Amino acid sequence: MSLQTTLDYRPAARAGLIIDWTPYLVGIGIGVLSWVVFLVVNNPLGITTALSQVSGAVATPVLGAEAVASNSYWARNLFSLDYGTLFLVGTLAGGFGSAVLAGSFRFEQVPTVWAERFGPSPLKRYAAAFLGGIIAMYGARLANGCTSGNGISGGLQLALSGWIFLAVMFATGTATAFAMFRTAR
Amino acid sequence: MTLPVTGTAALALALVFGFAFGFLLHRGRVADYNTIVRQFLFQDFTVLKIMMTAIIVGGVGVFLMVQFGYAKFHIKPTDLLALTLGAALFGVGMVLYGYCPGTALAAIGGGSLHALVGAGGMLLGGILYALTFDGVKAMILPVGALGRVQLHTLLGISPWLIFAALAVVALALFVTVERLSARRA
Repeated sequence: MSLQTTLDYRPAARAGLIIDWTPYLVGIGIGVLSWVVFLVVNNPLGITTALSQVSGAVATPVLGAEAVASNSYWARNLFSLDYGTLFLVGTLAGGFGSAVLAGSFRFEQVPTVWAERFGPSPLKRYAAAFLGGIIAMYGARLANGCTSGNGISGGLQLALSGWIFLAVMFATGTATAFAMFRTAR
Repeated sequence: MTLPVTGTAALALALVFGFAFGFLLHRGRVADYNTIVRQFLFQDFTVLKIMMTAIIVGGVGVFLMVQFGYAKFHIKPTDLLALTLGAALFGVGMVLYGYCPGTALAAIGGGSLHALVGAGGMLLGGILYALTFDGVKAMILPVGALGRVQLHTLLGISPWLIFAALAVVALALFVTVERLSARRA
């Protein structure tokens, strides 16, 4: 385990293990997981509703329990260890489990693509990640779901909301990426 | 066993299903900043391959289960202004952050420190949304509230026709992308 500023996305240790699964297999896996969650727990894949519950818990020491409980948004999304928040814990653990099994766990501060364009400063990267996190989460709550809840779960149910979400976020994401990374070459 | 599972058993399953989701995201290389940003730069199509496959495989199964009474739809309403504004913000935030909320959690599990910093931003974004929710609810959510709409009912055609069309589009895209990357290699 080492602290490095840049990291190629291909894990160093391969030892015969198939570490990078083909995207098609992963897509099938997520599709089948969707069948299972619809059937077994009647609860589509989603992340940000539960994440907003966590934000309420984080805000409690600062704003006070009363202010959080009486907030019209948190009132219906109060934090508890329920299905949604435990799913978040599972997702985190799943990433950790995969990385450990693959031998690819390591602390990453600045990813390759970022470093090539903006240099090796972790602070710069952290600032962008923090700002991006604020914007992405605010947008996901305004849109009532993220890539999981709106994109995958909404998309596979042929929900109009899901497909509009996918089209719009892909458009602004592409514009942002080109503005950030395409320099005169 | 009666379905859906509820209570404590569902909480245990939340951890299991979350783990599977995080594991799949990590193995699919989408818990990686580089993969996500390269998608928005049209240099790596892993994200689209996973999402299209998941939507088609997941959708066909879920529609079959609904048709035979084993599952229920969970359609999010289309609140047109909130959805488009939110999705537009989400696309910008996702590229700045380099993750969406689900892949961010899996990435934190894999050791990404900038994903962890950005998760702090996401929690702040969730707090900001809750604090502005009354205004959003009064002024943005009602604009273009179309209700819970699905594409096949909107278009008045069979959902299977839509999945067939999606499969054709996905296959054409996959073949094109694989040929291009083979030529580049």
